[in-house]
Order: sequence, then structure tokens, then C-alpha cells
Amino acid sequence: MSGLAAAVLSGFVLAAIAPLVARSRHAGWLLALLPAGLTAYFLSLAPRVLQGERVSEQISWVPSLGLQASFALDGLGLLFALLICGIGALVLIYAGGYLAGHPHLPRFYVVILAFMASMLGIVLADNLLLLYVFWGGTSITSYLLIGFDHEQDKARSSAQQALLVTVGGELALLGGLVLLASVGGTFEISALSDRGGEVRADPLYLPILGLVLLGALTKSAQFPFHFWLPNAMAAPAPVSAYLHSATMVKAGIFLLARLFPVLGGTDAWTIALVASGGATLLIGAFLSYHAVEVKRVLAYSTVAALGMMVLLLGVGTEHSVTAAMVFLLGHAFYKGTLFLFAGAADHEARATRTDQLPGLRRVMPISAAAAALAGLSMAGLLPFFGFIGKELVFESLFELPGLAGPLLLAVAVAGNALLVVVALRVGLRPLMRATDRRPKGHEAPVSLWLGPLLLSVLGVTTGLLPAWLASELVSAAVSSTILQPVDVELALWHGLTLILGFSLLTLLVGLGLYAWRARLRAATAPADMGRRVGPEQAYAGLTALTNQLARRLTGWLQNGYLRHYLVVTLVTGIGLVSAALLRASGLEWGLGRLDLRVTEVGLAVLVLVGAFVAVRSQSRMGTVAALGVVGFGIALIYLNFGAPDLAMTQVLIETLTVIVFVLVLYHLPSFSTERPRPRVRDAAVSLGFGAMMTALVLFTLTPEVRESISRFFLERSLPDAHGRNVVNVILVDFRALDTMGEIAVLALAGLGVFVLLRIHAEHRQARR
Amino acid sequence: MRSLILVTGARLLTPLLLLFSVFLLVRGHNEPGGGFAGGLVAACAFILVAISREPAAARRALRVQPQTLIGVGLLVAIASGALSLLVGDPLLTGQWVDIPLPDGGNLALGTPLAFDLGVYLVVLGATLTMVLTLAEED
Repeated sequence: MSGLAAAVLSGFVLAAIAPLVARSRHAGWLLALLPAGLTAYFLSLAPRVLQGERVSEQISWVPSLGLQASFALDGLGLLFALLICGIGALVLIYAGGYLAGHPHLPRFYVVILAFMASMLGIVLADNLLLLYVFWGGTSITSYLLIGFDHEQDKARSSAQQALLVTVGGELALLGGLVLLASVGGTFEISALSDRGGEVRADPLYLPILGLVLLGALTKSAQFPFHFWLPNAMAAPAPVSAYLHSATMVKAGIFLLARLFPVLGGTDAWTIALVASGGATLLIGAFLSYHAVEVKRVLAYSTVAALGMMVLLLGVGTEHSVTAAMVFLLGHAFYKGTLFLFAGAADHEARATRTDQLPGLRRVMPISAAAAALAGLSMAGLLPFFGFIGKELVFESLFELPGLAGPLLLAVAVAGNALLVVVALRVGLRPLMRATDRRPKGHEAPVSLWLGPLLLSVLGVTTGLLPAWLASELVSAAVSSTILQPVDVELALWHGLTLILGFSLLTLLVGLGLYAWRARLRAATAPADMGRRVGPEQAYAGLTALTNQLARRLTGWLQNGYLRHYLVVTLVTGIGLVSAALLRASGLEWGLGRLDLRVTEVGLAVLVLVGAFVAVRSQSRMGTVAALGVVGFGIALIYLNFGAPDLAMTQVLIETLTVIVFVLVLYHLPSFSTERPRPRVRDAAVSLGFGAMMTALVLFTLTPEVRESISRFFLERSLPDAHGRNVVNVILVDFRALDTMGEIAVLALAGLGVFVLLRIHAEHRQARR
Repeated sequence: MRSLILVTGARLLTPLLLLFSVFLLVRGHNEPGGGFAGGLVAACAFILVAISREPAAARRALRVQPQTLIGVGLLVAIASGALSLLVGDPLLTGQWVDIPLPDGGNLALGTPLAFDLGVYLVVLGATLTMVLTLAEED
């Protein structure tokens, strides 16, 4: 195993051993060494990747299915891997300070490291199934992290909501990926990329696209699935910064970019992504305008930013994909900073609403400076990286032909203007003078301001030196997305162009929206009510409906009457087996081979008489004894046909059945002969089941069925498994996995009886 | 009510039944028998103790909790199956060693026997868990 797989695996390994060091005061710093080291590792690979090379490796995964665990690092993967590991290191350091002394800190480290490894797996996987496995890993770890404060109702329900929405999309994604592989003939992403034309021409293209988009858009919180993300802010601040802003929600964006060569560029792709991205941008920005809590404001603005990226990928030109990548990078820097700052402000100064932020620069100057830098980048001011991103967005939309250009440009300007407001409210307010109250608190420890400061400074330096720091990385990412070598030259200053005018317009509109926000908010309040009838309500209704249905179904199927269970099980069995038998009726039935001997007829009569007595008996003891006759009679039949193993087991089981009956007899209610109608029903079910079993046995006697398996076992038993008792060889060797399952069931049944009886006994004791 | 005949008979029968259960287990690969039947016979031996004297006596004779046997049995079965992973075969592939016997014969020992032992223990444990718990219900 070489580098890339080891890089992914190392995260999981560290997650497994993290609890050993988690109690140490410096655990965050210690654990951050791994992502920091991985960042260095990816940087060391960067020169090769930036020259257009694909670093790839393959490990045999399930050879019998031809599955390869293939990993690859290209420009797109490198961009994401650096973000994941770089921000990961900062977030681990931050978490060490933020959650210091939290009783579940070890668990936090375990889950967030597992998340990091899964996320890294997504961006390095070159196999659709491998990608899917890691994708699922991020969903589960995200669920655990949102529900980290599991004693709070809100955290639990938010975690469940995020899980149901993203995993629902994930199931669709699985369907899409399997269809995609069946059309493209391979699960390898790099091989699929070359067959994009075939896939797009296939009649299954639209279903594939729809299913994959469901997966990507739920993950990236696109309208109408956006509602889980703001609720996910129940998670601790480092989680919000890392999963729900910088990395996991961008997995959807990543997948769209990764599959762009296969699925992208068609009308359906463009229409779906532009519509959903544009709607998400506007709705997210609007909701952020109305939100009050710092983290919610940031969450909605993240939703909007993700919409922006989806829209740009939907447009799908070289320039728009470039804009998406630059925007993504800039967003990771400033939004990561702001989320971490929000956590620090809450932690050190109890400021959770945006109107509590003014004046914070006095008590936490370093954190406030970081937030301000990030805010300026987010607002898209010179000389920040955010400015470059926004310019590219406007430029790529401006050059679109026809009506699309102006329309999308208007959407982008409106959305970005609303994001300027967020930048002002969260990033720059700490610099303003407190009007009504003097904020209390103190500067955060170094672990809490290091991350935000570094990220925000990155936002400035990449802005000032884009050619040096970001151009090549973005070029490589874009090249591997559209599969054409591109050479992006990022520059801060393009001269006095029309695009600059749009930037200025955005800023002015944003300032206006900020200045008159009280009045504007009041005016648009009715629209904000949309939140209450929106998709989140549909989600709530759907889950309530599912619960209700489950309650009804469970109440009907499991009503507590054992005979009801039996009837349901038997009738279902009769129906399914009969249907299968009728479909296979082309086979010759084994009726012709029946030549009965006296002993066989005698045994059959014995069994039948036993069964008749069992049904007619007026006492329970009589029924038990008669059933014993049936059981032992069947054992004799086995013996008669030369199956001593079966006969022996049958005798033993019969013996135990009698013992168990004797033990429980005392506790059973009085033996009642039932009313006629249930008797008729029972008789019908029993006769039906008997008829079905008879048909089944006759069916297995047909030569086609008997030969196919039996002969193999008889021939291979001694040479392959060193055993002459074929029955036992089947049990412990040929079909050992089945036996494994059976003894597991037996074990659970035993423990189940034990637990039920113990609970019963405790109840009784409590009553005494 | 305790029957002297039953108690005395059980005292003689129990070791025989246990011995027989091991016999069934070991011969199972070539002759009728096996872990399932062996486990049931062993369970019958302890149930005999429980019926002739009292459930607590059977628990004393068993020395360990029957639930423990379930867990140990599952572990033995899984471990015997996982052994093949070490030599690169798929899970549950039988592994065999031939031991030459002094009389010139050959004894083939394999993981299926260990697997069968796991089955034996699970059957014994699960049966006794159910029956003894039921028998202790008053």
C-alpha cells in the first residue's frame, strides 16, 4: 500500500487511538500533527500534480467481484485535499481549546478524525463505490457531530434531520452510481470520464443525472433540501466551521465537478443546476438577512454560497468552472474564519446574536481582527481573495450569450449584495462601537484565535499574490474538471472595466441593505414566514406520516397474540412459495416415483393420527403428548429413509420441546376450546400450509432440482472437506456461513428468552 | 418433590450423556452426529440434573453462566473461520493438518471441528439459558 491509501487510512487509525491522548491538555495540538503532516505530504505531491500528472494507485479490494480500491490525486483532488487537511489541522487545535474539559472530548476527536479521513477518501477515490463508502462515512460522522450534545433535544432532532435528508439523497446517489457504472461499463471514475459521450447519449442518462443530483444537492444543502444545514448549527463551532462550511457540504460540489466530464454539459444538467443553484443562492441570502443568531446567519450565507457554486458548475463554461473553484477556495477561507470566530465570541464573551457583536474588538482584539479580515474578503473588497472570486463570477456570467447572461448576472449581484450584509453584520460589527452595553469577556486563548487568524491572513495573501499562491492550484483543479488543460492567471486588478462596476454596484446595494435593514426586514417579514410552510414542514409532515404508518403497521402485525403472528407468517409463506412453485411449473413433478412400502404407510398413518388427536384433544397435556407422537413419527420417517442425523436431531428436539412444555405449562392461561370461526380459519391455514409443503417436497423430487446440488455435495465431501458425513460437512464447511448465521440467531433467541423472563421477574418483584 | 430413583439415575446418566455428547461432536464429520446434536445431548444432561434436583444444582454443575457459553461458542466459531484469512483464503475456508499416527494411520485435524465445537457451545448455552431461566420461574 502506498501513499494515498495510507493517507486516508492514517486518519482512521488515529481516530481509533485518539482516546488515549484525548485527556491531555495539548491533545488538539498533538492530533493536529497528522493533518498538518498530510498537508505537507500533499504539498510534496503538488509539483507533479500541477504539471498535469495524475498520481494513482490501485489495491485489490474484492477480487472475486473485480473491485479495485483505486485512489487518484489530480488537480481537483489536490485542491480539496489541501483544504481538508489544512483546515482540519486548525480545527483540531481550535477544538482542543473550545471543548476543553468537555466530558465527551475523546469521542469528539474520534468522530472528527474519522470524518476527516472519510472526506479525504471521497476526494481521493477513483472508484464510484469507494467514493460512495466514504460519502456514507461523512454522513454518519456528521450525524454524530451534530448530535454531539446529545442531551439536548434540539441537537438530537437536528442530527436526525441532517441524517435523513443527506442519507435519503445518498440512497438515490447509490442508485445513480450503479446505473452509471452499468451504462459506462466500469466503476472506475477515470475510465468513465473518457466515456462521457456514450453515457450522455444513453437513454438512462436522465435517470442517472436525476439520482446523482439528488445525492449531490442534498449533501450541499441546495433548495429545497437546504433546511438541514442551519439546524446542523446545533453542533459545536469547530464542527460548523469544518463540516458545515469548509468541507462536507462541499462534497456535493466536489461530486458535481468530479462527474462533470461524464454527466456535465447537457441542457438537462445546465437547467437543473442553474435553477437549483440560483434559487438556493437567493433564498439562502434572503434567509440570512432575516436570521439573528450569528451561526444561523452564517449558515444561511453558506447555503447561498453553495448555491452560487452549483450555479457556476451548471453553467459549465471554462470561466464559470474557474470562478466556482476560486469562489470555493475564498469561501473556505473567510467562512471558516467567521464560524471559528463565532464560536470564540460565544465561548469567551457570550455573544451569540449579531447585535451582541459590536465592541468585541476591545475584549478580543486578535479574534476581531481575524473576523474583520474575513468579512472584508467576504464582502469582496480589494485586495482580498473574495474580490477575485466575485470578479470571476460576474465575468463568467457576463459573457454568456442571450438572455441568460444578464439574468444570471442580476441573480449573482443580488445574492452577493445580501452576502455583503452578512459580512458587515458578522465580520465588521465587532469593530463598531457598542451602543447600549459594554461587552464583557476576554481574549480567547491561542488555540482559539490561531485558526481564524491564519485563515483570514490566507484570504489576504492569496488576494495580494494570487499568481504565486493560487493560480496553479486553481488551473490544475479546473483542468481536471473539464478535462482540458487550462492556464488560469488570477490577478487582482483588471483595470476599470464594466465588471468592476458590477462589483461596486454589489457593494453599494449591500451597504444600502445593511443601513436600512430594520425597515427592509419589517417590509419583507411576510416572505420570511415562508420558512414555516416551506420544505422543512414537508419534512416534518413526512416523518410524522412515516411514524404513524409504522405504528399502525406494527400494531396490526404485532398485536401480541402469538396465533396472529403464526397466521401472518404461514399465510405469507404459503403465498410466496406457491407463487414461486406455480411459476416453475414447467418442471416434471415427482408424483410418478411414489412406490410406497408398508412401513412408510404405517408411519404416515401414525403421524396423521397424532395430528388429529392433537387438534381434537380437550386438554393441553393431551395435545402436547399427541404432538410428541407426530414429532417422533417424523423422526422414524427420517430414519426409514436413511437420514440418521436428521432423525437424531428430531428426537432430541422433541425431547426438549416436551421439557419446555412441562416448564411453561403452569404459567399458561386455561386451555380454551375456541369459537367455531377461528377454528375454521386455523384449519384452512393449516391445510393450506400442508398442501404447500407437500407440493414443495414433490417439486424437489424432480430430477432437475435434485441433481444440481446433491451430487456436488456427495462427490466433493470427502476429497474437499475430509468428511464422510455429508450432512455435517455441509453444515460446518460447505455452508458454514449459513450455520454461522443460524447459531447467531440461536444465541439471540436464547438471550431474548433470558431477558424477557428476567424483566418479567423484576416486574413481579417490584410489585411485591 | 424429589424422587430418589430419578436423582440416583441422573447421577449415573449425566456423565454418560456428557461423554456421549463429546463422542457425537467428534465423530460428526464422518458418522452421524455433529455439534448441533452433541450440544443438545449435553443440554439434556444438565436439564436432567435440573429436573432431578433443582435448577441451581445444574448451574453449579455447569460452573459458568450458560450465557457465557453462547458468547464463547460464537467466538470459537468466528475465530475458526477467520483463521483461513491468515493464510489468504476466503473466510471460513477449512484448514487441515495431517498428523501421522504411530500405527501408520493418519489423523486429519481441521478448523471445521473447531467450528463444530463453537456450534456445540452455542447450542448448549442457548438451550440451557432458555430452559434454566424457564425452570427458575416460580
